Amino acid sequence: MASVPSKLYSDDVSLVMVLLDTNPFFWTTSSLPFSQFLSQVLAFLNSILLLNQLNQVVVIATGYNSCDYIYDSSSATNQSSEDGRLPALYSNLLQKLEEFIIRDEKLAKEEPRGKIASSLLSGSLSMALCYIQRVFRSGPLNPQPRILCLQGSPDGPEQYVAVMNAIFSAQRSMVPIDSCYVGAHNSAFLQQASYITGGVYVKPQHLDGLFQYLVTVFAADLHSRNFIQLPRPAGVDFRASCFCHKTTIDMGYICSVCLSIFCKHHKKCSTCGSVFGQAQSDNTSASDRKRKAPET
Amino acid sequence: MASGQVTKRVKYKTSVKDPGTPGRLLLTMEKLAFRPNNPNSASKFDMEFRYIKNHKYTKEGSNKAPMLNLTSNQGVSYIFEFENYNDLQVCKEFVGKALSKSGETPKPADTSQSLSEQPSTEELLLRMNLLRENSELQKLHKRFVSDGVLTDAEFWATRKKLLSGDLSRKSKQRVGLKSVMLSDSKPLIDGRTNKVTFNLTPEIVREIFAEKPAVHQAYLNVVPNKMTDKDFWTKYCRAEYLHHSKNAHAAAAEAAEDEELALFLKPDDILASETRRKIRCVDPTLDMEADQGDDYTHLPDHGIVRDGSKEITDSQNEPYMRTLLQDLNRHSAVVLEGTAIDDEQLKDTQTVAEALIQSKQGHKTANEEDDGNASQEKLNRISKMMEIEDLQGSNDLPLAPLCIKDPRDYFDSQQACAFKTSRDTTIGTEAVSTREAYGSLRDSISQIKVMGLNDPIIKPEVAMKVLSVLTHNISSTKYHLGKNPRESVLDGFPNKIKEDLLHHWMSIEELLRHYWSSYPVTTAYLYAKVNRLKDAMSKIDSQLQEMKESVQSDLRNQLTLLIRPMQQALEAAMQHHDADLQKRLAKSGERPNGYV
Repeated sequence: MASVPSKLYSDDVSLVMVLLDTNPFFWTTSSLPFSQFLSQVLAFLNSILLLNQLNQVVVIATGYNSCDYIYDSSSATNQSSEDGRLPALYSNLLQKLEEFIIRDEKLAKEEPRGKIASSLLSGSLSMALCYIQRVFRSGPLNPQPRILCLQGSPDGPEQYVAVMNAIFSAQRSMVPIDSCYVGAHNSAFLQQASYITGGVYVKPQHLDGLFQYLVTVFAADLHSRNFIQLPRPAGVDFRASCFCHKTTIDMGYICSVCLSIFCKHHKKCSTCGSVFGQAQSDNTSASDRKRKAPET
Repeated sequence: MASGQVTKRVKYKTSVKDPGTPGRLLLTMEKLAFRPNNPNSASKFDMEFRYIKNHKYTKEGSNKAPMLNLTSNQGVSYIFEFENYNDLQVCKEFVGKALSKSGETPKPADTSQSLSEQPSTEELLLRMNLLRENSELQKLHKRFVSDGVLTDAEFWATRKKLLSGDLSRKSKQRVGLKSVMLSDSKPLIDGRTNKVTFNLTPEIVREIFAEKPAVHQAYLNVVPNKMTDKDFWTKYCRAEYLHHSKNAHAAAAEAAEDEELALFLKPDDILASETRRKIRCVDPTLDMEADQGDDYTHLPDHGIVRDGSKEITDSQNEPYMRTLLQDLNRHSAVVLEGTAIDDEQLKDTQTVAEALIQSKQGHKTANEEDDGNASQEKLNRISKMMEIEDLQGSNDLPLAPLCIKDPRDYFDSQQACAFKTSRDTTIGTEAVSTREAYGSLRDSISQIKVMGLNDPIIKPEVAMKVLSVLTHNISSTKYHLGKNPRESVLDGFPNKIKEDLLHHWMSIEELLRHYWSSYPVTTAYLYAKVNRLKDAMSKIDSQLQEMKESVQSDLRNQLTLLIRPMQQALEAAMQHHDADLQKRLAKSGERPNGYV
């Protein structure tokens, strides 16, 4: 597991960047109600703050049209809400979240018909990394940062490049990306993000026990992780998807100019426009397929 | 024809394509001789049969000319072309006889039955040693040889390498030069008189000669003729002393008077020329600017204190000063070069001097050869690294720039497909409107605001379920094969089973090696061996089975995984045995017991 060089940071103080998926289109279809999800997550955030006095939690809302910071424990005022029913953490966060959702709704220009309901994961990842970079530069003693993605929306292929870039910059700055995916199918983005950055990917089977998953897997600081047997991924799906039909393929054609992947032979690369030569034999056997070279 | 001698007209060829030298081939029981028709021809030779390793001949009826090919033990072929096949036939038989006769004494026949021959006592001792040192080998030996599965000779036949490897390992290791510098062995100064004593051993002499070729040269020139050994060294020590005392003026003065002494004090010409040669060899592409940062040049000798005092360079007497750096560099060069003189030669100065010059000569010729190659290589390198821009052709090759179209083109089309599938599988109904979606989200937030968090946040039974799921995963992956390279599956077993497993593996490997090397079974001896091996293998097979049944159920799965490849290897061998037996039976037909 990649961890930040310990001499720079006190080893059991954590900065947890929580990316909260607030995509309304996902939550209306989810089997786990948003209120239940939120209440379990809030309890988890509180437990992180309780684990160490110096622990810091930052929550970023991953919306459908925008992303924003909705909570930062280092700048939170400690006054309770007016009726005193909820602790300051919760009421502040909920207040900000509500404001964020209203703003997000206003940004929505059109009905998302024919569009997949993915949230702006790339945006919130970038914001989290920016925040971490600011913390890195702020003083000699920093908490150890990590990113926790609480995601339910399916992957947005249009963000592929941006998400990958964020993953690689996280890898470079040795920030593990943990992910807890509450959606229906596994998220390839998050699987790869956790795999590449040395984080943990969990897809809870019992969504009503989400809190237990969060506390068991994601609460321990990076130093303690060295001594803990965390769930290992059964496997990361590295198979490529073809660019033309987005089907997962074992073998395909690759443009030798831009490395685009296709499941069948094209005359021209749809990404970079290179013109491919004629296939050597049109009754291509499977083993022949890899040897395709375009002529530019 | 008399059996003692055969003479035939042949053409002698060095290769098949060679047109050949006509002449006569004389064969006796001991040797063969070729006499060319032209007495001036160089191809006349005599050869004893015991140097002949191999003989081949063309078959009658083939289109080729009748030829006999004899190969000597150095791998040289002698080809004789005969006039007809009858001649070849006669000679072939004669050579065969002669070879078998001469072959009897020097080399053992290479048949498998000769394994019973007695090994030399030396080899026996070596075997004993090997067995003593290697407990695994000892176990194997005990198990198979004592039980009669393998004979002693068979056992060792597969380990010839071990035996010979041990012999070569005993080769002598040469001790390198000491890295301590000579100047560290200081002269002993007697407090009462002004006498200074230097202690010179042959070893020190060797070092002096190696580090100062000029002294070496001077010694060779003057010692036996002009002065004695002792005088020479006294002079040398005087020069060294002057040098040590940092008295550059005195050194200069004495050098002016005494030309031999001057030799020791002046910079070494031989060294200088060698240095120049080395400088020429320096890679011209070396980036000297790279270590400009480490600028010590303003400090003489990098400010290092030598012999307790700092050296101060006096430009006037510079030729008589040697800096520490020069000494240090020269010394390290000599140490790294190593010594070519054996310790036995370190007897007295004279022998050292002579041995050194011999080794140097050998070195020099090798160096010159290297230089030739190196300079060529250097030229290649220079031409590769040096880029003279105005001589280069333009780099604008006609290539099409990479043009990525709007990536959205690709992603959008993808999105539509993915959207369809995900909607189909998840809800299958029409997507909710934006307002409804956001509305429900806001509702849930206000719901929490009003109701507070769930109490309890999580039901104990759900938490229990989650915990068991998470920890179950851990325990199942912990022993997963190959997941953790540091953790061996073997360590999970009791020691007894672990040892047994390893031992079984060794035994199976040994048996299989012998077993497969016995195929194809051509002799009764091999047949018996294969049968013995087969019995031993089936015994191990049943032992493995027993072991599998004896362990507890939680370990059995892992053990089965480990044992399976062993059993498969054994099974393959058994199957081959049965199939081979079947084939043999079918072939021999009515005779049930093949070749026995």
